[in-house]
Amino acid sequence: MIDYVWLVPAFPLIGVLLNGLAGIRFPKTLTGIIGSAMILLSFLVSCLILAQVLQADPHARVFEILLYRWIPCGDLQVNIGFLVDALSLIMMLTVSGVSFVIHVYSVGYMHDDPGFRRYFTYLNLFVFFMLILVSANSFLLMFIGWEGVGLCSYLLIGFWYQKKAPADAGKKAFIVNRIGDYGFLLAMMLIFVVFGSLDFLPVFQKAPQFFKGGELTVTLITLLLFVGACGKSAQIPLYVWLPDAMEGPTPVSALIHAATMVTAGVYMVARCSALYTLAPLSMQVVAIVGALTAIFTASIAIVANDIKRVLAYSTISQLGYMFLACGVGSFAAGIFHLMTHAFFKALLFLCAGSVMHALSGELDMRKMGGLKSRLPVTYMTFFIACLAIAGIPPFAGFFSKDEILWNAFQKSFLLWAVAAFAAFMTAFYMFRAVFMTFYGTSRMEPEVEHHVHESPPVMTVPLLILAVLSVIGGLVGIPLIPGWNRIHDFLAPVVAGHAAEVAQKVYSGLAFASEGASAAEPLAHHSAGLELLMMGVSVAIGLAGIITAYYLYIRRPELPDKIAGRFKGYYHLLTNKYFVDEIYNALVVEPLKSISTFLWKGLDEQVVDGALVNGSAALVKKASGLLKYVQTGFVQNYALSILFGLAVILYVIMK
Amino acid sequence: MVPLSHYLILSVILFFIGVWGVFTRRNAIVIFMCIELMLNAANLAFITFSRYLDSLDGQVFVFFVMTVAAAEAAVGLGIIIALYRNRETLNVDDINLMKW
Repeated sequence: MIDYVWLVPAFPLIGVLLNGLAGIRFPKTLTGIIGSAMILLSFLVSCLILAQVLQADPHARVFEILLYRWIPCGDLQVNIGFLVDALSLIMMLTVSGVSFVIHVYSVGYMHDDPGFRRYFTYLNLFVFFMLILVSANSFLLMFIGWEGVGLCSYLLIGFWYQKKAPADAGKKAFIVNRIGDYGFLLAMMLIFVVFGSLDFLPVFQKAPQFFKGGELTVTLITLLLFVGACGKSAQIPLYVWLPDAMEGPTPVSALIHAATMVTAGVYMVARCSALYTLAPLSMQVVAIVGALTAIFTASIAIVANDIKRVLAYSTISQLGYMFLACGVGSFAAGIFHLMTHAFFKALLFLCAGSVMHALSGELDMRKMGGLKSRLPVTYMTFFIACLAIAGIPPFAGFFSKDEILWNAFQKSFLLWAVAAFAAFMTAFYMFRAVFMTFYGTSRMEPEVEHHVHESPPVMTVPLLILAVLSVIGGLVGIPLIPGWNRIHDFLAPVVAGHAAEVAQKVYSGLAFASEGASAAEPLAHHSAGLELLMMGVSVAIGLAGIITAYYLYIRRPELPDKIAGRFKGYYHLLTNKYFVDEIYNALVVEPLKSISTFLWKGLDEQVVDGALVNGSAALVKKASGLLKYVQTGFVQNYALSILFGLAVILYVIMK
Repeated sequence: MVPLSHYLILSVILFFIGVWGVFTRRNAIVIFMCIELMLNAANLAFITFSRYLDSLDGQVFVFFVMTVAAAEAAVGLGIIIALYRNRETLNVDDINLMKW
């Protein structure tokens, strides 16, 4: 079955062709069925591949399947091929699985939209590119998927392009991503120059021979790759596009901007773990950027009132966690969190979509409230997802988040403290959303309230499936008990098994390293007791966040306004998202605009058009204007000049 | 015997009368006649030298010139008639379509 891995991305492509080219005569139901079924087939094929891979020897679970030679050009040999190993399999399963559920949900959510067929075509195209991205065997093929998902993201954010805001948001996402992609491209060129190949396996095998660790070249490669990851995965400083991307349809936000595409950066960093472990500086940058992003965006989410914006900032924050995990050398934990996050964040978005569906498109949480009994399924699943993201055991988020926090704690106390505070804020703002949306008294507009209804089964069943996954998804990674952290063991051969030791060395020299974290002390010596204690601490942090939210929004609903009034300046700063958009506008967009205006009005219109094009014409006109007086129109003048000419010629001849 | 110089001086005088006419007169027919005058001045010079050098070449040339002059007169008069039909004038100053 492994040989047929190309079927995994091929099925969504068939869906694109069927719906996109022939679908104009299909009834809506058929379009929806084709779109969803193709993804389901991809998922089933992925499952079969997983079953076969699991039978193989744990250390030989890397399969490279080449389809055909794509670019044979001197030293540059690029194949269309797939790399099947633990990492790409987990990604394939997560992507196709979550995509299938969201496709089914979309059938209900988008049912009355005139662009139904276009929507499913784009969505299938997205899944195709995403599966190419995660299953590619070379940087170049991965880059194709990388660009493809960017394109689909643009198309789907601007799905309602008739309105200005979505169209602008789509452009913003595309342009900001371009900056990151530029970094990726440069890194790719550098990799080719250094290693003479773009395939993953040769590059990663050669890397330890080429570099001892810490060289400038490998640091540059990994930093440039991380720039690409920052763009795609919305990290500081390139995160600004993701909140605006919420202008797209809600299932799109769930699929692309929460569960799959934005995690591509994390996947790429984990895929390149062999390179990152050779570049300690890059590891630190990844960890610090991740931690900063986690806390920075979590603080914005605390004051956001738009339910989808809360989830968007939460997504950025959780992506920060994943990068933090990669940065401290526990790539497996990052991928683990990526997977559980895909479950519960997709669920959160779909619930938000269900709430919007019920409230005629209302997004402002201040105009919700008291929906608990009106939307029971949505409420229940949303609550489960919130428990998962807050890190309450035994829900999925607890295991992955705790593993990240524990790994961060081992490396650096400061990073742990930042991440832990972000975890507190996560629990707080998620339950703030729960309490504002589902509890208390209704603050809905009367005519909206009149129409409130639970979503149809085609939407609620996907919610239930994801809720189940959010509950049990973490059980593949139970810590402490040997052999129970299956995902960790599964990933270990792929993501640079020695990464943890390397990371230990990276951070041991730093001022803010944990006291216990010295290079001499092997990891195993950390007592299980300490890990258990830290687990308790992270649960306590999550609970504290929930209780704070409960106290502020249920017990004393007047308090939040008072607090906001007390810290007016900071509140103002937060509600305006730290003015980052404004700063970028002033620092980047406006100067670019004035330079462009100068080039347009100054250089193009004045110099090129004015001086060069019209100038030469004017010069000719002026000169011929002087010369034209020779043409008097008097025949005798012409005869006279003939005479003069004759005289001159005669003089010259006779001389 | 009349010396050679007399004939040549007469020829030059005739020629320059022709030139003067071409440059100063405004009537196209007069200009045309002045051109004929110049041609015949040249003919006179040819005959003179032919006689002086005892060679018939000059005479032959004169025949050619007269033939060309006849042809030229036919074409030129034709042009002048066409011109007059179009512009109703023969004043060359009024015929200035080529002017800037």
